[in-house]
Amino acid sequence: MALRASRLEAGYPEGGKVLHGVDLDLPRGRFLCLLGPNGSGKSTLLRVLAGMLAPQAGAVHLDDAPLAGFGARARAQRIGFLPQEVRASFSFRVDEAVALGARVAGHGAWHETRPSAATRQAVAHALEQVEAGELAARALETLSGGERRRVLVASVLAQEPDYLLLDEPAAMLDLHHQAALFGMLRRLARSGLGVLCVTHDPNLAAAFADELVLMHRGRITARGTAAEVLDAAHLAPLFGVHFELVPRAGGPPAVLPK
Amino acid sequence: MSAAAAPARVPAAALLGGLAVFSAVALLLGPLWGSESIEKWTAWTELLQLDRADWSVHTRILNLRLPRVALAWLAGGTLAVCGAVLQTLLRNGLATPYTLGVSSAASFGAFLSIAWPGLLPLGAGLSLRLGALVFALAEAGLVLAVARRARRADGLILAGVVFNFLFGAATMLVRYLADPYELASMDRWLMGSLQAVTAGAPLALLPWLGVGLLLIAWRTSALDQLAFDEELAAARGVPVRAVRRDLLLATGLLTAAVVAQCGPIGFLGLLVPHALRPFAGLRHGILLPACFLAGGGFLVFADLAARSLELLGRHSEVPVGILTALLGAPFFLLLLLRSRF
Repeated sequence: MALRASRLEAGYPEGGKVLHGVDLDLPRGRFLCLLGPNGSGKSTLLRVLAGMLAPQAGAVHLDDAPLAGFGARARAQRIGFLPQEVRASFSFRVDEAVALGARVAGHGAWHETRPSAATRQAVAHALEQVEAGELAARALETLSGGERRRVLVASVLAQEPDYLLLDEPAAMLDLHHQAALFGMLRRLARSGLGVLCVTHDPNLAAAFADELVLMHRGRITARGTAAEVLDAAHLAPLFGVHFELVPRAGGPPAVLPK
Repeated sequence: MSAAAAPARVPAAALLGGLAVFSAVALLLGPLWGSESIEKWTAWTELLQLDRADWSVHTRILNLRLPRVALAWLAGGTLAVCGAVLQTLLRNGLATPYTLGVSSAASFGAFLSIAWPGLLPLGAGLSLRLGALVFALAEAGLVLAVARRARRADGLILAGVVFNFLFGAATMLVRYLADPYELASMDRWLMGSLQAVTAGAPLALLPWLGVGLLLIAWRTSALDQLAFDEELAAARGVPVRAVRRDLLLATGLLTAAVVAQCGPIGFLGLLVPHALRPFAGLRHGILLPACFLAGGGFLVFADLAARSLELLGRHSEVPVGILTALLGAPFFLLLLLRSRF
């Protein structure tokens, strides 16, 4: 059971082709981190995997069925996708924002005059998972950047998906919440979800992910454990010479900027 | 307001129940005042109990005012709903039913039929409304067509602004060519009016309202997701383009029908959604009916005030469009100073 991309080619009408033959499978129960320089196609790959962008060639399969054959709603119940930027234009309360995700899972409906016990429980559970239970009654725009990010992750978790695709969820998070979020993603993977997460922090990825996937110019250049891919041979083509590998006892080397 | 404060939502049943009472009170009181004073209790009881032939003059006057009050309620409710939908759709709290230029086009159509009454071989009132309706619908279609081809996210609002200017200029041209008598009629049209003496006017609105409001009701759930974030909405299975097309069509239809019948009554479509959103939240299944009830009641009361006021000793009613703006603007300022949107 996996979300599988085979020989994907994809791009945008105005921007040309971004993905050049990408093969990737995201099995359930695994936590993968996607790393690569800006513009390497990470977000585009996520959007194609989420069914938001149709591939120009190749295909995505969801548990062996073509993703293109899923209805939009059925797809959303299986795949949770958090874009890089989310901008609410009105004053949402945190629990209302999370409830929008829970609605995909069938909790609550647009005509419900007050949230049912099941909806409230689903919302509370999703918020607890990102340690944001105490934010439930706050207005979204009064939160800090990191708090907002956690609430958005909770709103996608509330969709109760089998696969989770997150575009830089750790951006703007402090150290504690970076570790807490990635620890949670690892736990979710252990509980059976397939998690694919774009990040720019190789050390964070190395500490928590099962495998790292490296991307460069629309192609996947390496995939493996941190110990297997965090070396000069794999990283130099992606990041040039501006990094340094510092050996650490009992683990993969730390990647530091130079 | 402290940073931690969250909007306090009112339970939906209480909100909708309260606004339904407000609307009912407006509909009951609306016909009771006007340029002629009537015995209010007698009029309502006779209207409900006696045959038409046995009505006193009080009841006859009440009966003459009913279509007008019904028209006000329908028009006010519709404009408020359109405002709420467009604010969400355009992700812009300043959007009104007229932002996309529908009322400019309607004015142009109305002015054409005033300046050249021979264009349509119909009665003056009917050809004016028909002219307004045709141009308003055509404009809504044009905006949709241009926005569909534009690659920019804000293509829709820009197309609306452009057509607003275009029809504004065309309207000025017609005014420039018109004679002073026609100018007076045109000015009067711009002020908005709910004059209706037969049930024909509110009844003529009903088919349009039926289609438009049903279309909106069908897409209500999607509006909740769209209000949050378009890409996230798409990821959650909302067919964003189709929803946007349907809702623009619906608001275009509704606004065109109301403006053609009543002229451009302003401010209501901006004010009512803003006043209610803090209480109703972003659940459009609650916000939109709340807007209809509040907008309808508000316009009935504004029209009641318009009919009852004697301005500077002149025995003529104040155009209701002037009153909605005069009442609405200070209220909106109060909202602006007291809350965030």
